[in-house]
Amino acid sequence: MTLLEVRDLHVEFSTRDGVARAVNGVTYGVEAGETLAVLGESGSGKSVTAQAVMGILDSPPGRITGGEILFEGRDLLRLPEEERRRLRGARMAMIFQDALSALNPVLSVGYQLAEMFRVHQKASRREAAEKAVELMDRVRIPSARARAGDYPHQFSGGMRQRIMIAMALALEPRLIIADEPTTALDVTVQAQVMELLADLQREYQMGLILITHDLGVVADVADRIAVMYAGHIVESAPVRELYGEPGHPYTKGLLDSVPRLDQKGRELDAIKGLPPNLLRVPPGCAFHPRCPMARGVCRRDAPPLQQIGAERSSACHFWKELLDAR
Amino acid sequence: MPEPERPEPDDSEETAGTPALEVAGGAAELTASPTAVPERPAAAPSTAPAAEPGGEPGGEPGGTGGEPERARSLWSDAWLELRRNPVFLIAGALIVFLVLISVWPGLIASRNPLACSLSKSLDPSAPGHPFGFDAQGCDVYTRVVHGARTSVTVGVLATAGVAALGSLLGGLAGFFGGWWDAVLSRLTDIFFGIPIMLGGLVFLSMTGSRSVWTVIAFIVLLGWPQIARIARGSVIATKQNDYVLAARALGASNSRMLARHILPNAVAPVIVTATIALGTYIALEATLSFLGVGLQPPTVSWGADISDASQGMQFRNAPHILLYPAAALSLTVLAFIMLGDAVRDALDPKLR
Repeated sequence: MTLLEVRDLHVEFSTRDGVARAVNGVTYGVEAGETLAVLGESGSGKSVTAQAVMGILDSPPGRITGGEILFEGRDLLRLPEEERRRLRGARMAMIFQDALSALNPVLSVGYQLAEMFRVHQKASRREAAEKAVELMDRVRIPSARARAGDYPHQFSGGMRQRIMIAMALALEPRLIIADEPTTALDVTVQAQVMELLADLQREYQMGLILITHDLGVVADVADRIAVMYAGHIVESAPVRELYGEPGHPYTKGLLDSVPRLDQKGRELDAIKGLPPNLLRVPPGCAFHPRCPMARGVCRRDAPPLQQIGAERSSACHFWKELLDAR
Repeated sequence: MPEPERPEPDDSEETAGTPALEVAGGAAELTASPTAVPERPAAAPSTAPAAEPGGEPGGEPGGTGGEPERARSLWSDAWLELRRNPVFLIAGALIVFLVLISVWPGLIASRNPLACSLSKSLDPSAPGHPFGFDAQGCDVYTRVVHGARTSVTVGVLATAGVAALGSLLGGLAGFFGGWWDAVLSRLTDIFFGIPIMLGGLVFLSMTGSRSVWTVIAFIVLLGWPQIARIARGSVIATKQNDYVLAARALGASNSRMLARHILPNAVAPVIVTATIALGTYIALEATLSFLGVGLQPPTVSWGADISDASQGMQFRNAPHILLYPAAALSLTVLAFIMLGDAVRDALDPKLR
């Protein structure tokens, strides 16, 4: 049984200027022990999808208008709120981008970690404190015992993110969603935190959804990648295949815009233009105004996500040309 | 964003970790290693999450621990700031003194404030009666001292009532939003439209006998919207912080999010406004009593005494009957407003 399966999810936001369709029929799945990277620019709907899965969508204005979210076989969207709350933290957990703002500034980190055990397992104060220190050791925080009483602002960015990871891992959930977990960190620390996350995921055999806009981050740790654009998944493939031969011009654009050591002195191939305003998504393929391969058909018909290989799919009319060009 | 105040021990966990563990545990077990930690209950007490903001578990590995290295929260930070603020110290001393004499007025004034003899009407100060006598021949010093109780009671209880009611209603409106928020916001608008002085004249003149409790109830009734509005705004601002979302994503219930994550982070503006309001409520009670719709004899109130003193221009010949209660009132209001100012400076890091 697939651990998490999102099927044809639709999310809308009512704004003063109209309805923004942030997620338009997203379908993806994660197995236990698998890492799925969801890649996309700001506003592509990757975080909104994750919030819908966790059940922490801001509603109103957000609204799930269709689809299913199957977690361990049960449709989360049909569960009563109280039951969903019990799943959060215990069976599925989330890691946030900026740990400084995601940790409560007036509580010590040890207290916040211990709270997980006290809320979900009704552990005693002392027992919970003890487990909190163990957790801090687990995420490799030096002299964990001495630092449990410290407040979030007293830790460095990397250490704070480790604490955030420890909080998410506390109850050994089956699924972790990490929303840009390393974006707020500098590059060397990014690698350490990513490595830690990958190690722990292997150890606990959790499903991991890694939301990011950084291609470099996902290359080493992800099994599969889903690329999102304007609320759609435009390409989904195993990491190696996607990096080797992208099946969508948007993916290709993203890969080409990564600086490379062997192309010194050349100008970077950035994708032209800006991501579309969700209130005015272009007709046809949402990517066509920025696409170097766009033709007449792209302006009229939105391409469906179609199978283009054993384990991969793409939403481009011209995926064949793209693959053949390599 | 503050840099870590504590030097991060580098990659060598063993060397950095062990001395710290020994300091923290107090029990110097040479075999201590991170993996052996759970079997050491002796070390538990010092590492229980610090309930006290200043609770500093363990010391620095290098023994460089000192004032700047201490674990500090907003509250302990604010306390440190307050302790160094002369305005707070002066206001605090005055308030401690006021509270003491309002609980035990006999400490410095042993006479009965209601024992008066008309034969001494408007007499100036005499031995044992430093402030002289008022029109009824009552000892002004005794009445000023006993009047503190009324002012402090009204101020403190009205503020407590306003803060409790206002932050409850405002906080819930901010947290849940929706129709309750809309209803409450319109309700506060209506209350804001009532001038508090005019409202006092109308409401209080309708009640027959007025005690301290009537006046407190009136102030709470008209004062809560101010705090409700601030609490609502503060809760809405706090609610949008990532840590509230994170708490939700990790399974916290609504009541827990409110109690642990929102309340402690949203309460500062309420405390500040309430402390400043305390002084104005004392002045309000005095004003209402002055206008004759506040407290009635035999309750001793500065406002009522000031009102009596200004009847028929008696104070021209005997200024002491107006001067002393007025000075006591001004000093008290000033003390509470200074306290509020100091607390605001300490709790609002942006003003530093």
